Amino acid sequence: MLLGLWLARDVKGVRAVMVAGSTALLVLAGYLTLTFLGDRAAGATDEMLYTASFDWFAPLHIKYSVGVDGISVAMLLLSAIIVFTGTFASWQLKPLTKEYFLWFTLLSLGVFGFFISVDMFAMFMFYEIALIPMYLLIGVWGSGKKEYAAMKLTLMLMGGSAFLMCGIFGIFYGAGGQTMNIVEIANHTGGAHAIDFGQQCIWFPLTFIGFGVLGALFPFHTWSPDGHASAPTAVSMLHAGVLMKLGGYGCFRIAMYLMPEATHELGWIFLILTGISVVYGAFSACVQTDLKYINAYSSVSHCGLVLFAILMLNQTSCTGAVLQMLSHGLMTALFFALIGMIYGRTHTRDIRELNGLMRIMPFLSVGYILAGLANLGLPGFSGFIAEMTIFVGSFQNADTFHRVLTIAACCSIVITAVYILRVVGKILYGTCTNEHHLQLTDATWDERFSVICLILAVAALGMAPLWVSDMINTGVAPIVDHIHASGQAVSSCNPFN
Amino acid sequence: MIQIEYLLVVSAVMMFAGVFGFLTRRSTLAILLSVELMLNATDLNFAVFNRMLYPEGYEGYFFALFSIAISAAESAIAIAIMINIYRMIKNIQAGELEQMKW
Amino acid sequence: MESTIFILLLPFLSFLLLGVFGKWFSHKAAGLIGTASLLAVAVLSYATAYDYFFCLERTAEGVLPTVVPYNIHWLPFFAEGLSFDMGIMLDPISVMMLIVISTVSLMVHIYSFGYMHGERGFQRYYAFLSLFTMSMLGLVVATNIFQMYMFWELVGVSSYLLIGFYYTSPAAIAASKKAFIVTRFADLFFLIGILIYGYYCKSFGFEFDQAGFAQGAAMLPLALFLMFIGGAGKSAMFPLHIWLPDAMEGPTPVSALIHAATMVVAGVFQIARLFPLWIEYAPGTLHIVAWVGAFTAFYAAAVACCQSDIKRVLAFSTISQIAFMMVALGVCTEYTTGHHHVGSLGYMASMFHLFTHAMFKALLFLGAGCIIHAVHSNEMSAMGGLRKYMPITHITFLIACLAISGIPPFSGFFSKDEILTAAFAYMPAMGWIMTAIAAMTAFYMFRLYFGIFWGTENKELHAHHTPHEAPLTMTLPLVFLALVTCGAGFLPFGHFVSADGQLYDIHLDWNIAGTSIVIAVASIFLATYIYMGERQPKADALAEKFKGLHQWAYKRFYLDEVYQYITHRIIFAHVSKPIAWFDRHIIDGFFDFLAHGTHALSFRIRGFQSGSVQKYAFVFLLGTLALLAIMVLA
Repeated sequence: MLLGLWLARDVKGVRAVMVAGSTALLVLAGYLTLTFLGDRAAGATDEMLYTASFDWFAPLHIKYSVGVDGISVAMLLLSAIIVFTGTFASWQLKPLTKEYFLWFTLLSLGVFGFFISVDMFAMFMFYEIALIPMYLLIGVWGSGKKEYAAMKLTLMLMGGSAFLMCGIFGIFYGAGGQTMNIVEIANHTGGAHAIDFGQQCIWFPLTFIGFGVLGALFPFHTWSPDGHASAPTAVSMLHAGVLMKLGGYGCFRIAMYLMPEATHELGWIFLILTGISVVYGAFSACVQTDLKYINAYSSVSHCGLVLFAILMLNQTSCTGAVLQMLSHGLMTALFFALIGMIYGRTHTRDIRELNGLMRIMPFLSVGYILAGLANLGLPGFSGFIAEMTIFVGSFQNADTFHRVLTIAACCSIVITAVYILRVVGKILYGTCTNEHHLQLTDATWDERFSVICLILAVAALGMAPLWVSDMINTGVAPIVDHIHASGQAVSSCNPFN
Repeated sequence: MIQIEYLLVVSAVMMFAGVFGFLTRRSTLAILLSVELMLNATDLNFAVFNRMLYPEGYEGYFFALFSIAISAAESAIAIAIMINIYRMIKNIQAGELEQMKW
Repeated sequence: MESTIFILLLPFLSFLLLGVFGKWFSHKAAGLIGTASLLAVAVLSYATAYDYFFCLERTAEGVLPTVVPYNIHWLPFFAEGLSFDMGIMLDPISVMMLIVISTVSLMVHIYSFGYMHGERGFQRYYAFLSLFTMSMLGLVVATNIFQMYMFWELVGVSSYLLIGFYYTSPAAIAASKKAFIVTRFADLFFLIGILIYGYYCKSFGFEFDQAGFAQGAAMLPLALFLMFIGGAGKSAMFPLHIWLPDAMEGPTPVSALIHAATMVVAGVFQIARLFPLWIEYAPGTLHIVAWVGAFTAFYAAAVACCQSDIKRVLAFSTISQIAFMMVALGVCTEYTTGHHHVGSLGYMASMFHLFTHAMFKALLFLGAGCIIHAVHSNEMSAMGGLRKYMPITHITFLIACLAISGIPPFSGFFSKDEILTAAFAYMPAMGWIMTAIAAMTAFYMFRLYFGIFWGTENKELHAHHTPHEAPLTMTLPLVFLALVTCGAGFLPFGHFVSADGQLYDIHLDWNIAGTSIVIAVASIFLATYIYMGERQPKADALAEKFKGLHQWAYKRFYLDEVYQYITHRIIFAHVSKPIAWFDRHIIDGFFDFLAHGTHALSFRIRGFQSGSVQKYAFVFLLGTLALLAIMVLA
């Protein structure tokens, strides 16, 4: 696909290649999902399926090993959908189209690579691959304070990856320096338990924060509002939709899976932080005036819920976390797509200047309302099932500490309703007072297409959650079991217990 | 037979003259000369050590020749740069060259 | 019974059809599609009810069995015994609700043909109505509490969409937002209640004979109370009632369907659904429900006496009547029913009142819709003397007023009498309170009635725009509902619905019934005396005399202002704003400080890199010498 872009001469060619490539990806991801489900149904019980591996850098035992389990299949499907729709959403992007799509493709390459890797170092590398194009995409094609935002985003994420790198090498040497393969570290001859407890307590926070920065963990979330606000539409979509999920995925796959004792020991600190993220993000969103800031803070809140759920450490909540990643990915992508389209017409995102858009662009407005309702957890859309799974799961922890946090997290659904309805009421309803806006047109076919695809995906997940949920659970169950098998905290330092 | 020490003293004097010149002269041309002086001192050392200590080999001579060739090329480049600088700021004093800072 | 699935699917399909392809339909086609699907639903519901009540064998104990024709595993929760199922469960109350909902909804669909004629967004309106009907039906046939919650939310959303139907009017936008957020807030408690219930009882289902409930007994009162808060939000119990009067900004048929007849009784239905648990494990909490209900009933009745917007009067009367149902449930003390036990009479009474109230309140609202349609205003001052212009509306409205006031032989009398009996059985004080409130009900309803149909005519307004009787599509539902209201009281309701499913014969306690009739008639006369005359001089004099009190009640005791203060002044200004500020300035400031700090530091450091080769060489030399010295010395 990259090659194709390189060769493509004009804008049309670029678009054609992009559409072909992303469709191919989507088809592949769909096929992968189907075969995966088929194989699981047929009784394949390995933790990872379709594994492949070859040596890459022997002295450090770095291998390029790939494989998928239920979680990564779900994530791949999500990424494929978003890349596909993102292509359509940036159909009319003007300057430097070819370069834009080139970087966009590189970004998606990083994302896909990340999700299929089972080697820590390969994962880390793909993470970096996904990061760098962000800088250029925001810095060149962005809007507003784009240089500042791009720089801030890149620096903060790079800071996170510095932590991460320390963490990864710590795990590598802690586990005996034999392999970078996650599954092997976890299961090999004592495996993760071989990592000394004291060391775990050092590497766990490093890794968790490293990924947590990407997952918008409080207080490392501030790159996200600026970054999202300045990024071009498709990049916001991919970024909020997929890239932020890398954080949750990484926390779960590396930090918690490989260092179970430390998870038990130190999880509470992060649980508090994520709890804060959830409520804090929601409250912040209530008073923002820029549409993208509102959604960025809402993302902080929802991604906080992902990390919150995985730290609740049981199958239900972890499955809920992955569901939430999926659902939030799709919903936010939808949101950012719509905001981009509205912004492209009105040239403002300030909700004080927008009103009565319903009459002017009914399609976009209805889409926006649907996205909003999905976001506040309307049954029938994916948000509802994800949140409910998380809450039911979190509630299985019977002690007061977890209970209080769960209830606090539940409160976020009310606050979500407040800020979503505030925006809907302000910008869509009412009568339009700005005569420039009266001449604006509704969505074009490519925009409609991408919006409809996303809405369908959100609704499909919300209406028939059974298969996704089961598939994810096949991936989550071994990891959670593994974490539990390692026993409870050696010395419980949680003062709230 | 001249003693090796004498030759080394000559080269050491050349070397330190070069170092001193390099550190103190203001004109870039003079600095270049000093660099050449230092290079020549090393070349001399190569030749001397080869001749005195390992008369059966030729590596020292080769290296000295090689180094002379390099220094010739290098001074050609350096002078070209100086001419360009002179064209720009009508001056080749090292202290005045600030445009490319930072 | 298998056909019940279509009861849910048909409105859903019509919602999708109208929602997605609505703009390609003409108004007529859209309305017909919606109405036809609803007609089919109503027919199916009646068939189901017939099957259920008359064809199904009663079990050995004489109880109507619970039938679950569908139950699918919808979303697994990987915890012990918990999963999110979707299905259909038929038992007496859900079948009764099916009838109520489909009947009222059908009437509203037909009525809307006339009422919404030519409105912009006609297709959208029908789509939302279908969505609402689907979700409400789903709510009542839910097989487990989670399914109930899911449809509960959907009901809330469709109510939001319908209240905000006139989305260009600021009042409607604010009202829809308020309705949604207030009920969402209450739903939060419902959700937490569900979580507690699920965790301790290891089930979300409605099969109450499992062992899990005994285990969870300690936590059940809390769980049930939290769920009641959720129900109180939907059913507009004090202090969560504030959204309902504002919800009248929606189109009037919607108010009839959602905010009078069906959705607002969801809270009552929820308690009835979990009634065995309440009685078994939380009787004390149940009585709290009764007192909350009694207070709400009183409060709403007091406010209703002073409102001037006819829809608001009706809204407060709805609140008051729902509170009656809550009281009826709350005063129950035991589970079994018998002629000598009145401990569980309240359950039956509540459901009966729910049934009759749905019919006459829908009738009242639809009648109000006709009036508003005729005079283009909600204010009573624009009305008066309408009886000669709109005879059908007048008669049907009168029937409904008599029914709600508890005058025999209209349906309201029978159900209200059962409630009063139950209340007296629980505690005489409660009985008297409820009787007094019933009297207030009669008073404000007739105040409304006289204000609209008698009283002074607003001549200049009517000359400008002569009121006329509504078209047939609107009067037909009125007549139908009026007939139901006349006849429903004679249904042997206790044979269908009772707390433990046994047959129960309704019998009137003439002591109580007599008292309530006398009081109701007395207050009707009072209303006649005050409001019948020209320009209501006496009423104005009274209002003048008790100006403070009147003003207080007119402003609904300033509760809205209190909420406004809490949400805007406290939450927005003192929580959200500081958080946003904190985020921008402290956290972000910290990271910006890091960045600027690094920048400043490197700015300082760059002085070392003077660019002068000679200085570098000098430092280099010194370094070399220093290294040499170290080597020599070491």
